[in-house]
Parts: sequence; structure tokens; C-alpha cells
Amino acid sequence: MSLPPARYSFGGDEHIFVELNHEMSLEAFFKGMSITNAIAQRKIAGVTEICPANASYQVRFDPDLMAPDKLMEILKSIEIELGDGALELNTRIIEIPVFYNDPWTNETQQRFRERHQDPTSTDLEYGARVNGYANVDAFIAAHAASPWFVSMVGFVAGLPFMFQMVERTKQIQVPKYLRPRTDTPKLTIGHGGCFGCIYSVRGAGGYQMFGITPAPIFDPQQSLPYVKDFMVFFRPGDIVKFKPINRSEYDAALTKVQDGSFDLRIREVKFSLQDFVKDPSAYNQQLTETLYGN
Amino acid sequence: MAIKVLQPGLATTVQDAGRIGYYHLGIPLSGALDQYSFRAANLLVGNSEDAATLEITMLGPKLEFMHDAAIALTGANLPAKLDGVPIPNNQVVAVKAGSVLSFDFLKDGVRAYLAVAGGIDVPEVLGSRSTYTLGAIGGFCGRKLQAGDVLPVGAFQGPSHVGKKLPDHLKQALPKQVQVRVLPGLYFHWLTQASGKSFFEDTWQVGPEADRIGYRFKHGRPLEFEPRERPFGAGSDPSNIVDAGYPIGSIQVPGGLEPIVLHRDAVSGGGYAMIGTVISADMDVVAQLQPNFQTQFVAVDMAQALSARAKRNQRLADLRQALLN
Repeated sequence: MSLPPARYSFGGDEHIFVELNHEMSLEAFFKGMSITNAIAQRKIAGVTEICPANASYQVRFDPDLMAPDKLMEILKSIEIELGDGALELNTRIIEIPVFYNDPWTNETQQRFRERHQDPTSTDLEYGARVNGYANVDAFIAAHAASPWFVSMVGFVAGLPFMFQMVERTKQIQVPKYLRPRTDTPKLTIGHGGCFGCIYSVRGAGGYQMFGITPAPIFDPQQSLPYVKDFMVFFRPGDIVKFKPINRSEYDAALTKVQDGSFDLRIREVKFSLQDFVKDPSAYNQQLTETLYGN
Repeated sequence: MAIKVLQPGLATTVQDAGRIGYYHLGIPLSGALDQYSFRAANLLVGNSEDAATLEITMLGPKLEFMHDAAIALTGANLPAKLDGVPIPNNQVVAVKAGSVLSFDFLKDGVRAYLAVAGGIDVPEVLGSRSTYTLGAIGGFCGRKLQAGDVLPVGAFQGPSHVGKKLPDHLKQALPKQVQVRVLPGLYFHWLTQASGKSFFEDTWQVGPEADRIGYRFKHGRPLEFEPRERPFGAGSDPSNIVDAGYPIGSIQVPGGLEPIVLHRDAVSGGGYAMIGTVISADMDVVAQLQPNFQTQFVAVDMAQALSARAKRNQRLADLRQALLN
């Protein structure tokens, strides 16, 4: 578990961009979480935005209040201080119900088939094949079996990028559409490169579409219990466990969303990267027990 | 105190100084794209300089004032008429209840700012009245104005500023050919040496896709990235990176073809390599670029970026000096 030294770069006179690793890994993501948490705790003068991402982070600052070189020195010193210390995270594990292979994303796929690598397959068939799964059901089972880290929130309001907590050889990887779609149903479960996502709003998108969740994750009206504190539900560092549901379960959930009684299963959890890396499947088992216990 | 929208124009939105602190959740800065002109409009009418205004893009709206008001229009050269009679831009004009403000065709620039004494009084969302249309929050119902909307206007107790003018030397310049200064960095080193050079040599033309999210540029030589092993998780195109945060003003070049400068409604992150960032002092200039305008990107270092920023700060100080009394 050792990363090369981070690469620091200025994004104009108002941003510092830090690449923790050029490739994706849980180690790089964790290093970013611990550094950005430390930056937030320091309450550094002039810093207005602290944005962790998958394997990098950036801060935005006011150079009238903090000299760019000085801030870069501070960030570098935080990286050195934290070193390879205990990489732990107090976070949440959340169950997200997913209606895989649903009629709405399937209909959207058909409309944009000429933009796809394989116009004769569905996105799920294609994803299953390029990842070496015997069929769509086995592929869905793998997607839902192991939890995912929310490794970045962004692109548009509240959209989580997720990285599945499995060994690299088991990571699901698919290319993005050849040309992005102009439409994606709201709350589509997508996948591009090694990242999963949930489209928080309807709109353009380039990820393959595997299913849909009834659970709103960006709600400016804050009408559901789990968004009462804030209109954006996901935070970087959240852990997500997908649960396959069928059409009638989806419809029932949607009715509850409409009457404001829908809620999500959420548990507080402490995550240790070291313990996870020692035995990922045992650790995932333990996480799942935390989610479903008591 | 209200303004009725008779016609909405092309893209008229409520904007203020912006929404800070939520970029890590995908909620961008937003706010007036040309912050200089926005502040000038507010200072003219006697508002605090970060009060909410209307940002009018290219094609003006038709607005009926339901109360007596004082207004000022700055930024783009968008000729305005009150009940059919031309009124001056960059000057505070008195409006009688029932009067209708309309606009002729745009002459220079892209975005005009309409400040009303008292400010546009929509509710604050996450500390700002700015509209973020992709997230459908802020502004008037989280969207562009539509015919029939009734915009609330705040009470104004200050002295009347009617007749007050913006001095000529403090008007926003609206050139048709511009130099936009860029601090190279981020993933600039991924470009081949030849492309790193040609990006700054070529004259780029503003494309039709130029909005609050980003400005796309065309007709320069295609940019090539050094051949390299694809990092795990990055995607298959040489311009792909492991999805990362995008600085505001950063320039990405999907497929190496058309550079995109992200602006204040930027998507907050994604998987395209950024090759540098437009310096803060020139973001107002980008905001006023019309499609087909010619642009040259000029490489600067941090010292030059900070000196340009100091110059812009001085200009804002001059603006306050000229208008705050």
C-alpha cells in the first residue's frame, strides 16, 4: 500500500489540483479523503471549496487572502504529515434498491443504439459479455453482491461516482457510449470505465445503463426523511450496497416516494482500509452484517 | 413590488455573486458570468454590489414593471427601450409603474445585466439567489424566465440614483477579437510538444455551443496526446483521465478536437484531461464572447496571472470609488 508522491498543479490563480495517482485505486481515494478532511479541519484562510475526487482532489481559494505558493506548501505538508497512517473513515452504509433491466432505460437504449459499441446487444448483455460473465443474471449478481464506495460526488448536482470494493481483477469495466446520449432517465444506474454512478437528474450521459432506482438522491424540496438535512443525499466516502428489486417492489417504492413515506436503510459504520485489504470478502461480509443487523 | 415577464428572451436568469461551498457535491459556483458588469449595474442603482440581477443573454426579454422603479443596464451593448422610447445603457433610468421595457438586437458582447433598485428578491437557496438550471435550484423556480412569471423586487430605501452614469473608461470592453490568458498546467504535460505549442499559436473561433456551462472553440489544429499506457479506470481515449474535479476556467479537449473552457455553471468533474486554466481576470472577457468571435489563447505564468488579477481588483475599486457616493 504505497503510492507515488502526489503531483501538484495550479488550476489558474484560484485552484490547486492534486493528482494522488494517475490510475484509480482505493489507496488513492483514501489518501484523498484523509487529506481533504485534514484541510477542512485546518480552516485555512482563503480556501472556499475542498473537492475530493476519485484519485485526486482540488481546492479553490482566493489568492488575495492566501498566496498560491504558500497554500501549495501547506497542502504538501499535510500530505507528508498524514503519511501512510491508519486509513480509517467514519461513514455510512446505505442500501439502494435497484430494478435492473427495467423498461425505461431499455427504451432509452433503443433510441440511442447507433451511438453504442454493439447496437445488437443491450447495455447489460454487452457489459456481461465484455466482463466475461455467462449471462445477464450472473452479471447483475456481481454488480449487487459487493458494496461500492462513493468516490466522488459531482458532474451535476449530487451525482455519485462509485468504485466497487472488490479486487482489481474483479472490477467491472465497460467503455462509455461512443457518443454521449442526450437523454438518460432520472435515477438510472450507470457504469463507465471502472465507475458506477446514479444519474441524479434526467439529462445527457455516456455511461452504460443497467437499471433504475426509485430512491431520489437530489431533492431541492427535501420532501423525504433522508434528505431532510440537505438536498444532496450522497457524500464522498459513503458505502452503497445495491439490492435487486422487481417491478412490483419498484412500483410500491415509487408510491411511497410520492406520499413522502419512502426511506432508505442507512447505518453508521467505521471503515478501515487496512482491514479491508487484508481480506476484502470477509470485510464486505462484516459490512453487510452491519447494514442488516439489529 | 414586482416585474411581470411578458416575453422571456433567449436565456434570462436571476444571478448574483454566486453560490460558494457546494462544488464538492456537484453544485457549481453559478452567479453572473460577467461579474464586473454585474457589479457595475448594482452599484449604479445603489444596491449592494452582490444583489441579484437579471442576466440577459443575446436576445432581450419584454418586462412590465408593476411599480415605480430605477434600473440600470450594463455589460453587452443591448439597446433598450422603455414604452418604445430608446433609453441609455450604463445609466440609471426611472421607470413608471405599468411601463414596458423591451430590447432591440444585440450589438456587441453577449450578456447584459439589468439591476433594479432593491434587487430581484427571489429566495436564497444555499446562500445565493443565482439560478443553477441543471440542478433546478435558485433564481426564479430554478429555471430560465418564462412568459407570465412575476419576479419579486426588494424594497429600496436609499437615495435615488436616477441619471447616474458609468464613466466611459469604466465600461466593460467588448472586443470582437480577444486574447484569453491561460496558465498551462493540470494535464498539459500529456499533450505532445507540437500540440502544446499549436494550441497557443492557432486562432480559435468560438463555437455555437457557448453557454453558462462552458465555451467550445473550433478551427484550431487538432491536439494530440502523447501515446501512453491507459491508466486503470481512465477510459480508452487518450484524452481520458480517471474522473477528477474540474477547476472553473479549466480547458478540456475531448478527443483532442475542440477545447472547452468551463464557466460558472461548470460540470464539477469528469474524465477529460484539462490542459490549463483561464486566469480569473479573463473570465469576464470569455463571458462576453459571441459565437464566431476570434480568440487567441496566451500562456502566462502565475506572477502574470496575479498581476492581471490585481489590475482587475483595482478596476473594481475604481468602479466603487466612482459610483459609491
